[in-house]
Amino acid sequence: MDHPAFVQHAVLLSLVLFGLGTLGVFLRRNVITVLMCVELMLNGVNLAFVAFSRAAGTLDGQVLVFFVMVVAAAEAAVGLAIVIALHRRRDTLDVDAFRLMRG
Amino acid sequence: MHELEVLDRVLPFAVLLLPLCGFVVLSLFGEWIKRDKEDAGAGYIACGTVLVSFGCAAWTTARLYGLAEAAPGLPFSQPLGFEWIEAGGFRVPFSLLVDPLSSVMMLVVTGIGSLIHVYSLGYMAHDDDRPRFFSYLNLFTFFMLLLVLGGSLPLLFVGWEGVGLCSYLLIGFWYRKDSASAAGLKAFVVNRIGDVGLILGMIFVYHSFGSLDLVDIADNSGALAPEKLWELGPVTVACLLLFLGATGKSAQIPLHVWLPDAMEGPTPVSALIHAATMVTAGVYLVARLGPLYHQSATAMLVVAVTGTVTALMAGTIAIVQNDIKRVLAYSTVSQLGFMFLAAGVGAFGVAIFHLYTHAFFKALLFLGSGSVIHAMSGEQDMRKMGGLRTRIPWTFWTFLAGTAAISGIPFFAGFYSKDEILLGALTTGHTVLFGIALFTAFLTAAYMARLLFLTFFGEFRGGHEAEHHLHESPWSMIGPLVVLAVGSVVSGYALFPGPAGGLVRLPEVVHPAFRLPPEAVHPVGWLPAVATLTAIVGILVAWYLYLSMPELRASVKAALRPALRVFEAKYFFDDVYDGFVRRVVVGGSEALLWKKVDAGVIDGAVNGAGGVAAALAQTLRPIQTGFVRHYALLVLAGAVALLSYLLWS
Amino acid sequence: MDAILFYACAAVAVGSAVVVIAQRNPVTSAFALIVTLCSMSVIFALLGSPFIAVLQVIVYAGAIMVLFLFVLMLLNVRREEDAPGRGGRTLRGVALALVTLLVLQAGAVLVRVPAGPAPGFDASTRRMAEVLFSPHFLYVFEATSVLILAALVGAVVLAKKEL
Repeated sequence: MDHPAFVQHAVLLSLVLFGLGTLGVFLRRNVITVLMCVELMLNGVNLAFVAFSRAAGTLDGQVLVFFVMVVAAAEAAVGLAIVIALHRRRDTLDVDAFRLMRG
Repeated sequence: MHELEVLDRVLPFAVLLLPLCGFVVLSLFGEWIKRDKEDAGAGYIACGTVLVSFGCAAWTTARLYGLAEAAPGLPFSQPLGFEWIEAGGFRVPFSLLVDPLSSVMMLVVTGIGSLIHVYSLGYMAHDDDRPRFFSYLNLFTFFMLLLVLGGSLPLLFVGWEGVGLCSYLLIGFWYRKDSASAAGLKAFVVNRIGDVGLILGMIFVYHSFGSLDLVDIADNSGALAPEKLWELGPVTVACLLLFLGATGKSAQIPLHVWLPDAMEGPTPVSALIHAATMVTAGVYLVARLGPLYHQSATAMLVVAVTGTVTALMAGTIAIVQNDIKRVLAYSTVSQLGFMFLAAGVGAFGVAIFHLYTHAFFKALLFLGSGSVIHAMSGEQDMRKMGGLRTRIPWTFWTFLAGTAAISGIPFFAGFYSKDEILLGALTTGHTVLFGIALFTAFLTAAYMARLLFLTFFGEFRGGHEAEHHLHESPWSMIGPLVVLAVGSVVSGYALFPGPAGGLVRLPEVVHPAFRLPPEAVHPVGWLPAVATLTAIVGILVAWYLYLSMPELRASVKAALRPALRVFEAKYFFDDVYDGFVRRVVVGGSEALLWKKVDAGVIDGAVNGAGGVAAALAQTLRPIQTGFVRHYALLVLAGAVALLSYLLWS
Repeated sequence: MDAILFYACAAVAVGSAVVVIAQRNPVTSAFALIVTLCSMSVIFALLGSPFIAVLQVIVYAGAIMVLFLFVLMLLNVRREEDAPGRGGRTLRGVALALVTLLVLQAGAVLVRVPAGPAPGFDASTRRMAEVLFSPHFLYVFEATSVLILAALVGAVVLAKKEL
């Protein structure tokens, strides 16, 4: 716990997770999988917050993690509801199938 | 200094505002007043206002000369008590100027105006639009009074524009006739061109004086440096610009083209506006600003030369005209030229004197011609008249008096005023102008005698139908003719209370307005005789050509064929103007300004801006593919860019 | 001892994350994500934040992922198509490039973070409660409850068959 490099390595880990999540957003074609990758990104960020909070000595980072989790939950709920509505419309979960916003 | 009493404050405004009230009443209630075709209620109201106005004018003048005892020739400027214009340092109060010059003008306008109103009762008796006519006449009288009584140039200008408007309304009174509406429009447009000069001139005057008050200008002109010939200082420029306005209003070259066409209006209109009052506004302007013009040798020369040349040109055109009113119109232009000649040689008082006498005999001649036309049931071509002197004797005798006056026969008014003009030209060294003016006097006598002989002498040439309808005019028309005929004789002798207590003639009584040293003019002994001789020669020439030896006419005409062609074409002024306006102004505007500038540049810029925006949007359109992942990619790219910037800048 | 646990959990987390983004079957991805979340929880605990660690398991792994699984079951999602989709290789290439850039740049900065924990760091539940309910964060805390309510209503409305 008091390993001097913990915080740094934790931050690096968070970066890796974030990067993987971002990649997943672009590489996957299933909408739900994309949402899951977004959750992965958020987790990476949470880890960074906790690590920095430990390094700085204040608890603000931890509180922020709390709020991020709350918002993630809300976002996941609404996002999935949208997915259900879309599926009802088009009977597909392919990200590329929805291009009504085409200019 | 004499204290101004309440009456002095009120009277000038009564003079000014009575005709205005007449206009308002007639325009609002005119149709209701004219209950049936024969009722002349509208006319009575109009005549009433102008007659009472004349009374007030006479009263004011009397009081003015009563005042003049205490302070010789002192004008009093009567402010209404409110600031008409007030913008920063520029202030123009609403004030009326009552001095000998404006009192003379005021009397002319209201006096001759009321005579013409009375005449119109008879002349327009069968016209359905009588109320409108009388309302316009009253409105005109108001504006003309404002012009002559205005205490500052802007106020004068309001009157100036107003009479231009009324001229348009009255020339085009019978608007259902195309030629009348066109003539009205022509008058207004040509006047407008002159008005540009007037406005610019006012600006220059303000620049030199810091004030547009007429008394200020007169008082301070002497202090300005006099400008020599061909020296274009601010005073000269101002005077020339103002003179441009005067040429428009007083029908001098090059803006004279509207006056002959203005004969489309009813004859009382021609008498009032285009003989006695409105066209004299230009002369009044130059005279009123006489002290200013005196400081500019160039402007004086331009005025004198323009007047003389115009007089000559109009005289030559008059001798080939066949419409009785056209002859008189060109005669008016010619006589106005004489007035400007007088002003241009420094004899401002004489110019006003000629204006005064001319008002009498020209109004008389026009009203007389109206009586002739009335007798001829509307015919105006002199070639169809003849021998009328026995049929319409009253008209004939009064017309004869007018003709004698304008020709310059001794003991008639015109002789005195014209003689003074010739004297002025001669004594100031303008010998060439004198010669031309003398020749023009010969022409004047010739064409007026021609008119008289064609109309009243010889055999009647108009056919049996017209001959049966020949009748003398009613008393409402003859009465003013008689009064004016008397005036044509007497006005030459008119005497006024002078500054020194005695009685003086008109030129001396208005002299103080010009702030010039009293001149001792030495009469030239042989001049009255030469002038009279010229007139008589002119009458004799007309006698021979038209009455005693008509055969001679054909050979004279053949000999003068090329000149006559130019005269008949009115020196091609109308054609040049028409060509210029149509080809250059209209054509140029259409081809260049409309198609190239408005449609091309302006529309092009506006449409082009829209087009550019649309094109830009079109090029950026492919970015919006509709695929969520592409959009997310752009967000990521943006985030990376931002991060790079924050890290490495 | 802690070090070994930390690196082990880190490895597991990364591995599961790779599974999340690589697997064709969404259900497999979901389970892999649960594994990631749980190992993250351990790491949180190792970093001295017990409250967050427990919260991670209860909220994230226990509620959110369960929700995901419910939806997956509801929609009867099968194996995913294999086609690369619009943009194909270009999309993958650009995405990979950008992500690499992002990570490297951020990493270049973040390595400057101080190494060890600050002295006097106490992230126990009691302390967390004191901070959360302090005037500093109380308003935000209450606001999030409203947020959850809004999300609840929104989700219900959006997912209904007929409005």
